Formats: sequence, structure tokens, C-alpha cells
Amino acid sequence: MTGDVSSPGDPLARHDFGLAGYQPLPGVPDELIGPDGQVRPLWQPMLDHLAVLSIADLTRAIERADLYLRDSGVIYRQYDTAAGTASVERPWPLSHLPVLIDEADWTRLSAALIQRADLLELLMADIYGPNRMVAEGHLPAELLAGNPEWAQPMVGIAPRSGHFLHFVAFEIGRGPDGQWWVLADRTEAPSGAGYALETRVATTRAFGPQLFGPQLHRLAGFFREFRDHLLSMRADPAARVAILTPGPWNETWYEQAWLARYLGISLVQGEDLTVENGRLMLRTVSGLKPLDVLWRRLDGSFADPLELDPASRLGTPGLVSVLRQGGLSMVNPPGSGVLETRAMMAFLPRLAPVLTGAELMLPNIATWWCGDATARQAVMAAADRMILSPALGTGLPYDRMDDPLAAASLTPDALRDRLERDQGRLVAQEVVRLSTTPALVEGRITPRPMSLRVYLARTASGWKVMQGGFARIGATTDPTALAMQRGGGAADVWIISPDHVGGDTLMNRPAGQSGTPEPDELPARAADNLFWLGRYVERSEGMVRLLRARHGRIAESGTGSLPLLDETDQLLESAGLDPADPIPEGLLDTIGRAVTAAAQLRDRFSTDGWAALKDLDKSARRLAQQVTPGDDAAQALSALLRKLAGFSGLVHENMYRLIGWRFLTLGRMQERARNMAGWLAALTDPEADPGGIDLCIELGDSVMIHRRRYAMSSGRGPVIGLLALDPLNPRAIRNQVDGMMDLIRMLPEALVENRLSAPARALLRLQTDLATATPETLDSAALYAVQVRLGEVSDLISERYFR
Amino acid sequence: MSLYNLRLQISYEFDRPSGAGRQHFRILPATLPGRQRLLGSLVTLEPEPGELGFFTDFFGTAVVEAAIPAGLTRLELRLEAEVERLAEPEGLDLSMPVSQLGPEIAQCRSLGPTSPLHYHLPSRRIPEVGAISDFAAGALRPGDSVAVVTERLGLMLHDHMRFETGATDVDTSPAEAFAARHGVCQDFAQIMVGGLRSLGIPAGYVAGYLRTLPPPGQKRLVGADAMHAWVRAWGGSQRGWIDYDPTNACFTGADHIDVGMGRDYGDVAPVTGMLRLDGQQEGRHSVDITEAGEG
Repeated sequence: MTGDVSSPGDPLARHDFGLAGYQPLPGVPDELIGPDGQVRPLWQPMLDHLAVLSIADLTRAIERADLYLRDSGVIYRQYDTAAGTASVERPWPLSHLPVLIDEADWTRLSAALIQRADLLELLMADIYGPNRMVAEGHLPAELLAGNPEWAQPMVGIAPRSGHFLHFVAFEIGRGPDGQWWVLADRTEAPSGAGYALETRVATTRAFGPQLFGPQLHRLAGFFREFRDHLLSMRADPAARVAILTPGPWNETWYEQAWLARYLGISLVQGEDLTVENGRLMLRTVSGLKPLDVLWRRLDGSFADPLELDPASRLGTPGLVSVLRQGGLSMVNPPGSGVLETRAMMAFLPRLAPVLTGAELMLPNIATWWCGDATARQAVMAAADRMILSPALGTGLPYDRMDDPLAAASLTPDALRDRLERDQGRLVAQEVVRLSTTPALVEGRITPRPMSLRVYLARTASGWKVMQGGFARIGATTDPTALAMQRGGGAADVWIISPDHVGGDTLMNRPAGQSGTPEPDELPARAADNLFWLGRYVERSEGMVRLLRARHGRIAESGTGSLPLLDETDQLLESAGLDPADPIPEGLLDTIGRAVTAAAQLRDRFSTDGWAALKDLDKSARRLAQQVTPGDDAAQALSALLRKLAGFSGLVHENMYRLIGWRFLTLGRMQERARNMAGWLAALTDPEADPGGIDLCIELGDSVMIHRRRYAMSSGRGPVIGLLALDPLNPRAIRNQVDGMMDLIRMLPEALVENRLSAPARALLRLQTDLATATPETLDSAALYAVQVRLGEVSDLISERYFR
Repeated sequence: MSLYNLRLQISYEFDRPSGAGRQHFRILPATLPGRQRLLGSLVTLEPEPGELGFFTDFFGTAVVEAAIPAGLTRLELRLEAEVERLAEPEGLDLSMPVSQLGPEIAQCRSLGPTSPLHYHLPSRRIPEVGAISDFAAGALRPGDSVAVVTERLGLMLHDHMRFETGATDVDTSPAEAFAARHGVCQDFAQIMVGGLRSLGIPAGYVAGYLRTLPPPGQKRLVGADAMHAWVRAWGGSQRGWIDYDPTNACFTGADHIDVGMGRDYGDVAPVTGMLRLDGQQEGRHSVDITEAGEG
């Protein structure tokens, strides 16, 4: 969905939204136009606001929103169906015009959704407890037995907090009569709440909050109360709260990282966790730390390979055992997905009176489970309105994930045969006909089908409904085009009150009793990624410097037989780079590895740093297609060098000097020292070309200081002094090793009972040797030995802190 | 009634020190009213595990849970148990005709561990296999009871398959073993479970033990020196479950000691977790069962 304004003419002229031609679809309720054909009063302020916008105003409004999303890096991942498992990044498909809902309507809806959440909680407790609903014949047993979402190992495990469900979502739409109905229940690991907040920020950038001012309900309170609830579920106040993520390749990874940052809780993957004495522990650089509450965004069946899906490589063996022993609260427990089973919707209306003592206040999409003979007859009788799909499927009605089939596409005989053959494996649902809402399509306001995702969180005072959510907006008038994976958009949902509503945001509040991890509780995997991010960025920089020096020389002297080129080419080749290529694949690969490492750190990385790194990656890939050897390449490489410096500068200037920064910097220094040792060893060897010494000075960015100190003489001794042994030159090996020593002393347990840690001991020996070396003793063999010893320090750091 | 002393030993040797991990062991004989009673048991691990616990899983099997510390070069588990096995009276065949099972299953409202509802559909390790279904169809004659069909299929399978250790491993699929026509008790049992299910008979995979030495005058049973597996077919709500050992082509008797039943090997595997019990690793196990007083 785009909000592109492409109307030609005077940018200061009022933009024509084509409102005069706005026509709801026949027989379909519309948010903007009431049944009487008049604009609903709720929308008047919005229309008034739009009416005075010039073409330029509108363009700017849309740009403001898009810029916000782009700058914040709001993305989701789209699975590439052709490639199978691969997924690609997509910008968040914002549909700029919000959906406006009247507070009174929302209040009624909220009460009904709370009732439904309570019903689901009771059903969950029964399904994973006494199974009374099956025993008494209210629910067919085969909806559970054989249901892949029913996690048998969870049966009999009562949740420590007393409740199974803590965070649920409902996909709702308006039926032909304008009343809300539930299209799907989302209980497994509902996604999108974070996107709803980002959508809100972006939309208010486009159409300012002043439009409704204090009458617009805010979202932040919902998150604050839910965070307080998560923290309050801890049995051990010293323990941590975390979001369990499948990792960066998941479609909503961005959102998971964002929520962790916004709520101030940890973001962990299965491999970060281990089980010890009935508790879940987080592996940190300072050892194992207890985790007490886990907001699970990983598919439940993957959570524990020991008791759930043994094929899972994302889980933590023993997690179910911790739940069994009451050592953890999980939002929501594995197996919650069973409530999403499509056939459940056929029974929820009947289960409501049994379990809650009341009829459902809000209907769900009419559903027949074909295991029942009377249901099969009903399907036959109304075949033209029915869609058949797998009974145990959990996809949204318009997702097409489960190959729905219109009953009307079969002959009556074929339909009867199909129903009799498949019986309980099938459900029939009434065809979804969604209402429409105005959307901005190519500058015109146009009716588009919509459904709403509404979130409910358990809090100290019971279920809280998010005062908003996000709306899926169809790409066309076809309701099946709602799915984002197929071009649908997402719009903000504004709940408008006739009065002032209170409001606050999470960002502006003092941290208070927040679950922000202590400085020394960096997860080991994050430390590992930071260390390698530092190494890859610095390694890229070394490669760029070497390549630039080579092409600078080609530009000066042509590709003729410069003996020095042999030596640079050998250096390039030993770094895995093809010297014939100005921007070789090996460089792109190294930058790519830096991006991959940074992608794992989205929850603890500044948006600017991430943007700078992505920009570097993009530029390098673009330039690799274009540049020619010689001056052209040298200039392109200089441009890349500046971008690298830009990233390093952002990190250096803006990253808080916590333990994470130490690992990042350790990685950079280690790599920088290694680079320099390798260059000096190869290029200042007495056997090597004499031009190698000048080249080293250039690579070490030390031309100025060298000239000042040694005039024009560039003998080996002064250069080794300057680039290897000088503690004050920020490019010298000694300077890196000194810096690493300072950092390593500040790592957890660097000194225990007056004994240095293993990496600190190894580094101290190296530091001492460098401090007592002279240019004469530090020959090429000694420099290569320094490289090896730096590698050993790196291994010792990994062993001590990243396991 | 027979009284047995059971000794199981599972040992691992590692080339390199192992990492830390969690293990589940499903090795304890079950207590089944009217059939079998576990009188006492002792599980020891060497070196001592970080943690040792017990729980009963969804299918009613007792599980020993252990946290294995890192850095081991060997691990040994020993079980000593005393089990009472009651011989079941051989009576009339009360199992239902196979053709009448469908409605019986549909009326079932239990989701307990032995509900037939868990056992009539394909499972993770026993998917539907055309060749096995076709083979099993040959065991069904109109009007036959579950017990009759079970025995006929078991005899057919016993003729079709050759017992051979080492030719298959724990991950060999029923389809592969069936096509190769050889395997061990796990393969025999999984193929037969798949065949029974294809006929509409709920069937489970039973893990257990077999007494080592036969009573005087009887033949030694195959598979007695290792953990054993057989099948359990559901004969309707009145008859309940019927045990059959396809490896030895017989209904089970006082020689068979139950550990547990699941949908397939995966639900009752003796060792799950970081370590497993297959030929690839250094895991070895031995079983010794003697009648009390035998020595």
C-alpha cells in the first residue's frame, strides 16, 4: 500500500482526495459513511483537517511518517515462498490514514473480548487439566487427540501464577450488519503489539495528535501495566524477565527486539538459556543468572527439544521440566496454540455457558465442525456461503495458508462425498465479508476491506484491552488480499473519546522498578556478537586500507610491474581477497558478517549505528558493481573508509561504556593489532621491497606524525617504533594491547583472589614482551608470533565469556 | 506369578570430554494393576549427576531425569529392580470385530494415557506407509476380531521380516525396515503398529524387557539380552488392550515386563536428550533378568 501523491499541478493547491466520489461498496458497512449515506460525525475533524491540505502538505505529511519508519528501521521479514525458508526484509507497509473508532463502540467491544479471553483461559485450564469438556461431551476428543498444537507434556502442569494466558490477541471484523465478530483467536504467541506502537508514532507524525488531542486514547499505559504484571510474576525479585525469541530470521524479529528495548527487559534465544536445579538460567558473561518470567515469542513446540519437538534446534532442554517444578512463569505456556484451532470456533459459543455461565457477548465467524452429522447437513444446505478448510488448521480466514476451498466450487455429490470421507478433518466457515474503511490509495480516499487486531494483556486489575491496535487494510477490495504477506497494509486504530483521556508514555517515565538488566549481565551470545562485530568492522577497514593503497599506486604508476604490488597482492590473497577485483567478494562478505552480527544485537544497538552499518553494506555492494581499478577504485574505497569511520564514530561517541562496549572495543583492538602485525611482518622484512615501509606508514594513517618526527627517512627501525611499539600512536600494536589490557581488567572476574583470568594473563605476557621489545628484536618472525598470540587471547576470551 | 530381579546397565564412553546436558531415561518397569507390580528399584549414575529427579509423563511412563555435568569421559547408569509379573488368564476372545471399532472410537470421551484416541492416527515416527498398509490389508478377513487380525498380521510379519541386529538403528523408518525385510524388535513393532492403524485398529508401541533365560524346557526368546519392544492393539472398550510380540510371533506372557506404551518409539525411547542409545555413539547396554531364587 502506498500513499503516493502524484497529482500534477500546483503544489500549493488544495489536494483533491476525491471525497465527492467516495462510494461504499453495496451492502458493505463502511467506517466513514453511515447507513444513512452521510459522513459519520466521528470522522468530521479528520475530513476538515484533510480538506485544507495542499498537495505539498500531504506529500510532507506522508513523508514524515515514512521517514520515521525508515529511520527507526521498522521492518518485518517476508518469507520467500520460492526459496522455502529464506526470508527478506520488508519496510512496514503503513497505510497512512488511521481507522477511527468511537469510544462507546470500543468499550462494548472490550467487555466482550474480555469475556472471550476469560473463556479461553477456562478452556485452556480444562484442556491441560481435568479435560471435563471432553469427558462430558461438550468438546469432541478428536479436536485434541491428534491435534499438533495440543502439547501432551504440558497436561497436568498448573501455571505457577495461577493463570495460563497472559497475553492474547483477537482478529476481529465487522459483519454485514455492522456488528463486530471474531475472525480468529491468537493465543500461541501473538505478534504485532510493538508494531501497533510504531504505527501509532508514524501515523501521528503524518496527521498530528493535535487533531483529536486529548480525546485520542494512548497506548503506553497498556504496555506499562503489562510490564508491571510481568515483573510482578517473579517469585524471586532478583531474577530476570525476558522475551524468548526465535532469532533474527523470524518475521517479527524487529518487533521482539523493539519490545525488549521499550520494556527494558532482556531478549534471549533458546541457546542463551540453560536449566539448573529446577530453574531457568541465562548464560551471561558473569555466569548463570536466574530467569523467572519468559514472554515467549518462539513457537511453543520448539521451546524444549527434550519434551516437545525433538527436531527443534531453537529450544532449551529442560524448559518444560522447569515449568513442571513451578520454577518459571511463561507468557503463554507451550500448547496455548491449541485454542487457535479453527474447529474450536464451532464449539466456543456452546462452551461459553458451560464454562462461564453466560452466552458469548460477541459472535465468532460461523463455523461447523464436519465430524458432526447435523453440521454436515447444514453445510450441504448452505453450500454457497461455505468455505471448507482443515479442522485443525490455525491460519487466519484470509491467509490461504490452509488451502481453503469454496464449497460451491464442488458439485453437490462431490461435496457430500468429501464431507463423508473427511468428516472431522474438515470445518466449514461462512465466507468472510469484511466491512470497509477509507484508505489513501494513490492520493484518493478509497474504501478498502479491513480487519482489526486487538490485544489483551493480563494486569494486576485483570485483562486490559489495548486502546488501539492495528488494522489490516486490503490491497484491493478483495477481502483475501488483507494478508501483509500478499500486499495488504497496516493502519493505526484511533479510539476517540468524547472527553479528555489521561495519558502517559513509557519512554518518559523514570525506570522505577524496571527489569533493566544489571550492567554485568550481558548475555554471553550478545557479548560474542559484539566482539565479532568489532572484529569484522575493523577487519573490513584493514581490507579497505590495503586495497586503497594498492589502487592508489596503480593510479600513480599504471598496472606495470611494481614489485611492491606482489607483496600487497600476497597480503590480499592471504586475507581471502582477489587482488584483481577492486571491491572483492571477500570484503563484501566481511561487511556482511558485521551486519549479521549487528542484526543479532538490535535490542542493544542504536538506530543510528544500525543505519550507518546498513548504509556501508549497501554502498559497498553498489560500488562493487561499478568501479574500475586504479583511481576510480581508490576514490570509491576512500568513500567506504569514511563510512566505516562514520560507524565507528557513532559507536565510540554514543555507546554507553557498559560491558557490551568493552567487548566490541576488545574485538576492534584485537583485529587492528593483528592487521598491523601482519602488514609490518610482510612489508618491512629486509627481503621485501623498500617501498613497503612507506606503504606501512600509509596503512597506519601515520604519514603526518612520521614526517614530523623523522623528516623523509623511512628506515625500518623508526617505522617499527612508530607502528608497533609506540604506546601513544592509536594505530600501533602496543597501543591496542595496552587498551585491551585496560578493558580486560574490567571484565567480570578478571581478578579472583589476586589471580588474573586466563585471557588477562596471556595478554599481560604479550604486553610485557612488547614493552620490552626493540625494533631490532621485533623482526618479521616476532611480528608473526604476535599475531598468533593475539589469536590465542581471542580464543581465551571466547572460552571464558562466550560459552 | 513370577518374581524377577532385573538389572540394566547402560554405559557411554566419550573420546572427548562431553558437554553438559539433560537426559531422560524411560527404563523403570511400570506398575499395572492385575498384571505387573514394581516392588523396588534403585537407579545409580556414575559419576553422580548434577541433578536426579523422577516424574510420570503424559502416557503414564515413569521418567528418570538427570542433568549430566560437562567434562565426562564416561557415564554409566545402573538399574536394579524387583518386579512381580502376574500371568493373565487366557480366556475367551472378547475383542470386537475390527469392522465395529470405528463407532466405538468415535464415542470415546477419554484423553487419559490409554485412550485409544491417541493411538489410531499416524504419529511422528510411524507415518502412513502404502506398502505396509497393503501388506496389513492381507491380514483382514470379514468379521474377524481384533485379536484374530492382530495374531494373523503378527505371523505374516514374522514370516516377512528377518531378525537382524545392526542392520537398522533407532532412526530407521518403518518404511525402510519393511522394504529391507530385516530389523530388530523396534522395527518389527513399529511396522506392526503402522499396519494395525491402517486397518483402523488403535495400536501402541510398548517398550519393556524380556526375561533372559526361559523356564526349563522352553526356547529362549529373541531379544532377551537387550531392551525389548512389542505392540498393543485396542480390542474395544470391553476387552481393552491386547499385547502381541511380533519379534517372537506370540501374545505376551509372564516373560514380558512393561516399561510403558506410547504412539511410537519416540514416546518411550529408553534414553533421550544429548545422549541416545544407538550404534553411532559409544552407548552400550545390557539387560539381565532372573527369576528370584534363580541366582
